[in-house]
Amino acid sequence: MEIAGNPEAPVFAIAAEFDSARDLYHAAEKVRDAGYKRWDVYSPFPIHGMDHAMGMKRSYLAQIVFIGGLTGFLTAVSLEFIPSSFLYPLVVAGKPVNLMTVPAFFPIMFELTILCSAFTAVFGMLILNGLPRWNHPLFNWERFKKVTDDKFYVAIEARDPIFSDRETREFLESIGGKNLAIVHED
Amino acid sequence: MAETTAVLDAPDPKMEAEVVRKPLVLNQRTMGWIGNYISSIVEAKTPLWWYIAMAVTVPMMLMCFGCLAYLISTGVGVWGNNHPVAWAWDITNFVFWIGIGHAGTLISAILFLTRQKWRTSINRAAEAMTLFAVVCAGIYPALHVGRVWMAWFLAPVPNNMAIWPNFRSPLLWDVFAVSTYFTVSVLFWYTGLIPDLATIRDRCTTKIRKFVYGILALGWRGGNRQWRHYEMAYLVLAGLSTPLVLSVHSVVSFDFATSVIPGWHTTIFPPYFVAGAIFGGFAMVLTLMIPAAAIWPSLRDLITPGHVDKMCKIILLTGSIVGYAYLMELFIAWYGANPYERAAFWYRATGHGAWPFYWAMMFCNVIAPQFFWFKYFRYNWIWVWIICQFPNAGMWYERFVIIGTTLQHDFLPSSWQLFHPTWVDICTFVGTFGLFLTLFLLFIRFLPMICMFEVKAVLPEADPHYGEPGHEYDDRPELPSGAEED
Repeated sequence: MEIAGNPEAPVFAIAAEFDSARDLYHAAEKVRDAGYKRWDVYSPFPIHGMDHAMGMKRSYLAQIVFIGGLTGFLTAVSLEFIPSSFLYPLVVAGKPVNLMTVPAFFPIMFELTILCSAFTAVFGMLILNGLPRWNHPLFNWERFKKVTDDKFYVAIEARDPIFSDRETREFLESIGGKNLAIVHED
Repeated sequence: MAETTAVLDAPDPKMEAEVVRKPLVLNQRTMGWIGNYISSIVEAKTPLWWYIAMAVTVPMMLMCFGCLAYLISTGVGVWGNNHPVAWAWDITNFVFWIGIGHAGTLISAILFLTRQKWRTSINRAAEAMTLFAVVCAGIYPALHVGRVWMAWFLAPVPNNMAIWPNFRSPLLWDVFAVSTYFTVSVLFWYTGLIPDLATIRDRCTTKIRKFVYGILALGWRGGNRQWRHYEMAYLVLAGLSTPLVLSVHSVVSFDFATSVIPGWHTTIFPPYFVAGAIFGGFAMVLTLMIPAAAIWPSLRDLITPGHVDKMCKIILLTGSIVGYAYLMELFIAWYGANPYERAAFWYRATGHGAWPFYWAMMFCNVIAPQFFWFKYFRYNWIWVWIICQFPNAGMWYERFVIIGTTLQHDFLPSSWQLFHPTWVDICTFVGTFGLFLTLFLLFIRFLPMICMFEVKAVLPEADPHYGEPGHEYDDRPELPSGAEED
């Protein structure tokens, strides 16, 4: 088995390569059923149904974005009404600020809602994904560079409660993994 | 029924060909080929034509910057804007450029939500085009304020003069709409780029490239624990961008529609502007993509005749909506019995500039796209490119007709005056094409112009059940359930 990274450093994971999205999908189902918790599959593109194969729930990012959008909306409401109604009432064309003229404030409420939601979606996604980061132990493995090309990987991490050097390796071989590697941290 | 079963068992080969969708990637290209080919465009030695193109566009861009510097240092009077025609070319150009951007967001957001998988091979370049068009658009209103160093008055910040913007002014809505549009478009574009930047990073051979693309890729690893949040973020962004893109040009149209100027004060403006924006934007997408596919012939496996066909159909549809809006405007001007409205449209159609602008607009936007009813024109890319130049020009004419010819005749006949552009007007406008094309050339040189990971994901073998019984072909529509039991 290939050794990637600094052999003196602690083991990060045992990883295996797969040739197709289909193989990876079925491998993920087997890893899930074997009871592993700290593991991930790596692919060049998102694979439809993989969340289910890995036994994961739907991403909760959308709920976070809702909070972001609400923040944007409330910001716009206070940004518009505090100056227009209290600090600096501006009467243009004789139109007062009251309930009847609220629709004229809608466009900015809409825009700020969208703006804050979009920022929350992108930065929330990055934070949930632990990005950006400079490096990762998996990058020590030369073969792993193919993950953004046309190869598929499963990595079972050493911090998994049922991880063991020998059994995890045998397990990955038994589900069809090729080119196994033990990936060390650096 | 026996009859039905018999038909299902032995499908007519001709019918079969109709039912199965054409593949999105031709020549059975593999994932490896897609990654290799698109990345190789970025990695190869800079081609000679690129330097030649830059030698044309960079001086044009510098001419634009020079004109802007001259305008800022001298005053807004160097433009030909006069008293009734205060908006003139600068707002015409603003609306023109911002409209072009709309196709990119339509492709990236609306076609994503409606699951039009063919968008994958064109969305990256179209989104880049959006950003660059909005950059060009942003120049004009910023400089149109006259004293550009006071443009911060547009932002609602507390200041010692106790000045607040009027939140009920469509011009302020515009500030928010355009800046939100630009920001969200950047976020959307960059989010889509992350996995592809990781591809380029993993292929890098030199240290500098590795460093630069490594930083830009943010450490992306492609784990499913990342993809699931990533996909959700992309879905949310698409959901947010869809109302956004429809709202941006609506808000731009409010600048006109909420005024009392005859010819502007119409409720048809928001949908009419949005349709026009998508129309002009798709024409610009094709204007840029067809030459790209000519330069890199293998791109035609990804940007197939089917893609161009679909875009031509969108141009035909939106062009016809625009044509309907033009006719409806004329009808309402007559039917509304408002003498000023009638006069405004009569002046557009028969007055100064009727032939070079109004009827040219009618021809370019309404007549020219009708050729796309015919398959021959949709599949002949030279014709497609030629026909697309008409909407490109026609949409500019439209904005000039709305702004220029309408303002020339306002309510007060004593102030009627024609608009004539100065050399600064002309050089600035030509220069923004230089800016736009320079940015686009930089984009195709340094970033993957096709979204590799999304194209890989629409290949049949990307289906996790590819090749398993019952999943022979991913794109094949399923037979209606119960058809076999009948």
